[in-house]
Amino acid sequence: MYVIMTPTLQLFLIVSAALFSIGLLAALCRRHAIFILIGIEMMLAAANLNFIAFWRFAPPPHPPTGVMIAIFSIAISAAEAAVGLAMVIAVYRHYRTTNVDQYDQLKG
Amino acid sequence: MNPGIVSNLWLLPAVPFAAAAVILSLGKARRNSAAVLAIGGQIVVLAISILAVLPTLQTQGFRAVQNFTWFTFGQQTLRLGFVLDPLASAMLVMITLVSLCIFVFSVGYMADDKNFTRFFAYLSFFSGAMLGVVIANSLLLLFMFWELVGLASFLLIGFWIERPSAAAAAKKAFITTRIGDMGFFLGMLWLYNRSGTLLFYDAGHGCLESAGLAALGASATFIALLIFCGAVGKSGQFPLHVWLPDAMEGPTPVSALIHAATMVAAGVFLVARVYPLFSLGAINGVTSSLTVVVWIGVTTALMAALIAIAQADIKRILAYSTVSQLGLMMVSLGVGGVAAGIMHLLAHGFFKALLFLGSGSVIHGCYGEQDIRKMGGLRRLMPVTFGTYAIGMLALSGVPLFFSGGWTKEEILHATAHWPRSHAPYYLMLAGVVLTALYMTRQMIYVFFGNRRNAAEHAHESPGVMTVPLIVLAIGTVFLSVVLTPAWPWMDDYLTGEPAHFDISRFIQPMLFISLVLVGGGIALGVWFYRKAGEQDRDRPAEVDPLEYAQPALFRFLANKMWIDELYARTIVAFAWASARLSDWMDRYFWDGLVRGFAAIGQLFGVFTAAVDERGINAGVDETTIGARGLGRLLAGAHSGQIQIYLGVVAVGMLALLLLYAWLA
Repeated sequence: MYVIMTPTLQLFLIVSAALFSIGLLAALCRRHAIFILIGIEMMLAAANLNFIAFWRFAPPPHPPTGVMIAIFSIAISAAEAAVGLAMVIAVYRHYRTTNVDQYDQLKG
Repeated sequence: MNPGIVSNLWLLPAVPFAAAAVILSLGKARRNSAAVLAIGGQIVVLAISILAVLPTLQTQGFRAVQNFTWFTFGQQTLRLGFVLDPLASAMLVMITLVSLCIFVFSVGYMADDKNFTRFFAYLSFFSGAMLGVVIANSLLLLFMFWELVGLASFLLIGFWIERPSAAAAAKKAFITTRIGDMGFFLGMLWLYNRSGTLLFYDAGHGCLESAGLAALGASATFIALLIFCGAVGKSGQFPLHVWLPDAMEGPTPVSALIHAATMVAAGVFLVARVYPLFSLGAINGVTSSLTVVVWIGVTTALMAALIAIAQADIKRILAYSTVSQLGLMMVSLGVGGVAAGIMHLLAHGFFKALLFLGSGSVIHGCYGEQDIRKMGGLRRLMPVTFGTYAIGMLALSGVPLFFSGGWTKEEILHATAHWPRSHAPYYLMLAGVVLTALYMTRQMIYVFFGNRRNAAEHAHESPGVMTVPLIVLAIGTVFLSVVLTPAWPWMDDYLTGEPAHFDISRFIQPMLFISLVLVGGGIALGVWFYRKAGEQDRDRPAEVDPLEYAQPALFRFLANKMWIDELYARTIVAFAWASARLSDWMDRYFWDGLVRGFAAIGQLFGVFTAAVDERGINAGVDETTIGARGLGRLLAGAHSGQIQIYLGVVAVGMLALLLLYAWLA
């Protein structure tokens, strides 16, 4: 009844690479600080996907290492997102804008 | 063995979710498409629900499950699933039908709103999440949809986000229910720890089946009570009822959806779904967890009915009546009348949606006025609204024979009267019946009778798109009284899984006369007491409520919602503030103090090294620094301060390294 595509490692790596590239593009090109954070989160998600994919397609036996690493990484990225958002808010209070082009006080 | 519909139950939440996603991606201007998509989605799920009811009607005690593996983690397999049984299918039809009426009504009610499409997307999302709760066969899946219901209610209560009060109400609803959900979550973890599965029914291995229940032992009481915390939050039971009246800040169709078909029904449904956990080891149908449910329900029902008497906002009165009716349902579940409680939930879904949409029609007709003291005499101006509202009011008050609420309330009272532990809940429920009739009569008199006051001067009947759903719901309310009549208790037996017999003697029972007298007495008392409400009566000014005139202290106590909000503000909220301040102080002075202490040591060291530096090494270095300064100026050009350029350079560098690596390897 359903057409099932056989998942291969390559497929997951391609998806992960695409996710990473989209995230990188967002982090490089968006001007809004929060979208940059979202881009970074996407890159993290791509990394997690790689962990899971390599774990899943590794030869047996399967100790749950890949999943553990992914779960830790998700937890850490949640903390990172919280810190990042807090920093965005702090920076916004200072500059009154979320446009990163105008954050140039560190200019040499 | 399973009918095909069971394997396609996932469509029930999926269709409204898909509709919501499509509407959100359409953009603000596509108002017609948004309404058509949302209503079309509801029609589809209504059709699926009706298909889903058919197999459950054919077999007594029908139950079919469709379980699937979500993921495998080491040796553990986590499975989710969908279940179709009489409880779920009865809820499905009620939810989809009532939601459809509310959706259609919203087309008229929200016609002037600039965020019309967003509203329909959220409504669809809300209904889909609730359907997911009903068909979930795993406590975890139920919990996921449960949280989605919470999210949807947050979005909709705070729909008019530009009003600070709406934003505050949305936050309050979200946080208050989250307190209950914390208990729910803990109960779920405990249950998993004990029984090793969260599936309800799994061919004898589910946590609600004999093998799973046997593994629980004495902890079942605590698990049941923790899960009940979630139901208390969602269904607005004391002490977490405070969010429900504030949820009136949302648009009126949202109030109707929250109060009739979705949000608050979830709590009662949850208790009914995991009822085997509550009744495990029951002696005479009494367990300690069920006793807690009864007393929470009794407290809620009476307290809310009392508060409703002194409210002036048309929607707030209905909100408190919902809280009170939900308490009644909890009592029914607690004393063992599961079927009666669910039947009251179904009937309540219809007439409460009818009342809320009716109040929406009144508010729409009075140009947004919600204060019943400023209305009056609307029965001539809004005849359709008046007629349908009167049917809803009679059903809510529990007038038997022609109105569904009467029969189901009767069943609940019947079940309560036979509770072996105490008769107090029964007598308190009878008092609740009188109070319900009283406050609904007061509202009717204020809104529809008497002279026209300010807001009612230019009131007008609502358009057909709003009155037709009212009429459909009114017909549903009256029709349900035929379906739910105790003479032919098929609904009761359908839910409990026993064969039904037609027995005319159950039609007329002594208890029927008791409640007839009580409801009649309540309405008569209301008519007599409030006959001059909103008008000058001897030395009482027109704008003073008769009860306020007679008992000002009592009225103030009730009008201020028994000061429960203030109590919470003084205790729990104040405690949270105090701990936040303490943390702030700790952070500023204690931890910062430590950091400053280390900094001082560092500074001291710095002073020492500076002295060595100045005297010893400086001279030769100066020349070098001048050269370095030039180099620094050169490099500073690259230091643009633009974080994204830095990031880009890092990315390009990384890429270059990778290429180099690939080339070398």
